Amino acid sequence: MKARHKRFLLIGICMALLAGATALVLFAFNDNLMLFHTPSEVAAGKVPQGRAFKLGGMVLKGSFSREADGITTHFTLTDTAQNVPVLFRGALPDLFKEGKGAVAEGSLDAQGVFVATTILAKHDENYMPPPARDAIDKAHATERTLK
Amino acid sequence: MKLKALIPLIVFVALAILLGWSLRHDPRLIPSPLINKPAPEFALPVLHQPDTQMTLADMRGKVWLLNVWASWCVSCRDEHPVLLEFSKRQLIPIIGLDYKDKRDDALAWLNQFGDPYTNSIMDTAGRVGIDFGVYGVPETFLIDKQGRIRYKFTGPLNADSLEHVLLPHIKELQGA
Amino acid sequence: MIPELGHFALILALAIALALGVLPLWGAARGDAALLGIARPAARLQFALVAGAFACLAWAFAENDFSVTYVAQHSNSHLPLIYRLTAVWGSHEGSLLLWGLMLTGWTAAVSFSRRLPEVFAARVLGVLGLVNAGFLTFLLFTSNPFIRLLPGAAEGNDLNPLLQDPGMVAHPPLLYMGYVGFSVAFAFAIAALLEGRFDAAWARQSRPWTLTAWLFLTLGITLGSGWAYYELGWGGWWFWDPVENASFIPWLLGTALIHSLAVTEKRGAFKGWTILLAIGAFSASLLGTFLVRSGVLTSVHAFAADPSRGVFILALLVAVIGSSLLLYAWRVPRLEGGGLFSDVSRETALLINNVLLAVVTATVLLGTLYPLLIDVLGTTKLSVGPPYFEVVFVPLMTPVVVVMVVAPFLRWKRHALPAIVRQLWLPFAASLVIGLAGAWGVGVFSVRGVLGLSLATWVFLASLQLLQQRLRGTPAASAVSRLADIPAAWWGMWLAHIGIGVFIVGVTFVKGLEQNADVAMKVGDSAQLAGYRFTLQGIDEISGPNYTAIQGRVQLWRGNQLVSMLTPQKRVYTANNMQMTEASIDAGLFRDVYVSLGDAPTPDAWVLRLYYKPFVRWIWAGCLLMALGGLCAALDSRYRKRNKSEAA
Repeated sequence: MKARHKRFLLIGICMALLAGATALVLFAFNDNLMLFHTPSEVAAGKVPQGRAFKLGGMVLKGSFSREADGITTHFTLTDTAQNVPVLFRGALPDLFKEGKGAVAEGSLDAQGVFVATTILAKHDENYMPPPARDAIDKAHATERTLK
Repeated sequence: MKLKALIPLIVFVALAILLGWSLRHDPRLIPSPLINKPAPEFALPVLHQPDTQMTLADMRGKVWLLNVWASWCVSCRDEHPVLLEFSKRQLIPIIGLDYKDKRDDALAWLNQFGDPYTNSIMDTAGRVGIDFGVYGVPETFLIDKQGRIRYKFTGPLNADSLEHVLLPHIKELQGA
Repeated sequence: MIPELGHFALILALAIALALGVLPLWGAARGDAALLGIARPAARLQFALVAGAFACLAWAFAENDFSVTYVAQHSNSHLPLIYRLTAVWGSHEGSLLLWGLMLTGWTAAVSFSRRLPEVFAARVLGVLGLVNAGFLTFLLFTSNPFIRLLPGAAEGNDLNPLLQDPGMVAHPPLLYMGYVGFSVAFAFAIAALLEGRFDAAWARQSRPWTLTAWLFLTLGITLGSGWAYYELGWGGWWFWDPVENASFIPWLLGTALIHSLAVTEKRGAFKGWTILLAIGAFSASLLGTFLVRSGVLTSVHAFAADPSRGVFILALLVAVIGSSLLLYAWRVPRLEGGGLFSDVSRETALLINNVLLAVVTATVLLGTLYPLLIDVLGTTKLSVGPPYFEVVFVPLMTPVVVVMVVAPFLRWKRHALPAIVRQLWLPFAASLVIGLAGAWGVGVFSVRGVLGLSLATWVFLASLQLLQQRLRGTPAASAVSRLADIPAAWWGMWLAHIGIGVFIVGVTFVKGLEQNADVAMKVGDSAQLAGYRFTLQGIDEISGPNYTAIQGRVQLWRGNQLVSMLTPQKRVYTANNMQMTEASIDAGLFRDVYVSLGDAPTPDAWVLRLYYKPFVRWIWAGCLLMALGGLCAALDSRYRKRNKSEAA
């Protein structure tokens, strides 16, 4: 009887733990899953304003500018079909360049500008972040099917 | 009791299935969206005669390979001897797209290692490469008589992939 | 010639590994002494061959033999010799060869252990031989580092600048020592399942191996974290990057395993659980290898990804883990249960912690694999941000630390609840007060701040209390000899637990009090952060062996006192034109000041990132204490005494 009682207790504790952990995971997922969107999806209005997401694409040539404070930057991310203006305050990663792939994390403001909190650029010369590449591929695909 | 001991195995099998699926779904493996679509138009200077231009239309009526390479690309060195061997068999014209490269470097490179290309064109700005959806050098496109991309190979070709992957496609298209 | 020699050595090693994986196991099943006798020499020969192959590759790097593809891709004649040598494991092929070197090294080490009964040792070595055979096949068929590049390149492509750092010299070898070291615990578990012998002696023999692997893994992860802090230029020390998680998951399981083994050794309980954890820790190492090498998850670390490699590792994973779990399901129901224990006992405490650690492992694994799952199920792409891990990790680890503090006070089998409460309430209450006051005093008055400081204080007070308990009734004169009598394993536990406390202090202060600013500065400008004044004195152009750089001279002032001169650099590596940020750090026990140089918005101004990181060193100090604890425990003399009854 004693052993059985203990067994129930143990199973009970484990179940409670698992339930707690599951609740915690769901709660954390709710806030921290970051969806990935392409500039075309943003332009099509598929992305809600205010919610954080990742935007991938290529930094449009000639779109980069910097404000007088030296650290607020503006540029445009493109998947070659659509463009999204991006605003970022802070130091840019080493490999951030016009014409190269980049992924920005942040959200859209009321004017449709993507306010980025983090910019990720590719890590070496021949490598583009897969989400950025994906965005460009998808845009190409749509472009071709439209033609 | 026995069933309980099987739980870890079941969990692992589920995990293994997920991993297997994810391999098949590897984003790197997604075939180019350009497959079976018309190849992007281009007009680029020829490497050996920078005053003349070559366009997509020049190749119409032929089945041909577009090989994207650069002198700064080390994997291209892997691929190069394979390509050189292959070009000697004169099965198909190979056009080299020298991607984001300097002309002098490219010429020196071809002098040093040999030139497998029927013709080489320079995409100094990388614009045409982007149109083709190039995301790593080397890449090889197989283009048919109507100017459609029929097959794309990412990464360095080796003798095996040329013989058993690319060549059957080439034969099929040339027969058509 | 030398690379071909290395290639040949690898092929021979594969043959030996196959022999080692088949013959001794067969001999053990049939009781054939001649076949058993093959195990030890084969294990050593296999190691010598792989070490030879490794030396050949190192030679090719040292001699700048760019006719070897791997060397041409990852080295350069201008690279300093030390980085040419570390470039051996700078990318996929070479790091796998390092893996193989470690695996055969551990196997050879086991072959020198004379404490193990002959048949059992043959089984352990046989299992390791099988793993190694699978691994060498993978290496030879998909990732051979000795493939020639003909004609050879005139110059190499250089090592990824991120990896040109002293931290990278030691990080992968230590990490792999740990990763691969769990293969020994795994082989012990499998051999025990095959043999049906699963007793306290088994656990005692397995413990030092597991502890050693765990301590190397701890060191490896610590160094990796330190490297990221220095080298990635934004002062982070843990990113919950998939590859970091891939090393953290085996660490969590390994931590559970060393505790579970203690219970199995002392009380004969948790047998099935211990075996499962031993299989799990090594499986997690293999899974980590799969995730990194197959490229299904992209991260800072994922170098060349190749689907055929992914398929191969997955097959290896399924063969190794699948067959061992099948064996587990078949054999484990026959294990008899261990000693009984009551609800309040050290066994219960360790069981709770084990279950909690397993749950934490599952949540980290889930967070790591969830993007994969979604990618497979649909078209959406998403990522799980670091906040997920923090939100889940802290509440789950808090009870782990609480139980960790209480457990050493509990007796095995049974302890009276009132007695333990009486013993512990005072330091607990004191910690709460100190935590509240401390958090308020230094300005981290949040739930996390109070929780962190209280827990850490409690860990420290309880450790003192444990020591005092050990010395109770001892006259002051003989206290030293009394301390010397305490077994090394106890000191190991004591140190590692204090390490957790030190770690918590570091994390709490860094998370609560760190400050940073990105500022654009011209020469002569000053900026303020956290009571420090940063003055940009000048920008110089300098050149290193394989790079050119601009270097800022930044004076760090506190009031009117010059604290130090910081020299952050922005390097451009000449061979591949890659840009790298080298941070400059004024390190201290209680705070780091960290400066990195960004880009130039105008020709005469630069963006500087300034960081103030209080107590950040404590994070690594805590980890080092844990590793030191592991070392003490692994060296405990009782693991080295040859037990007569075991030998028989």
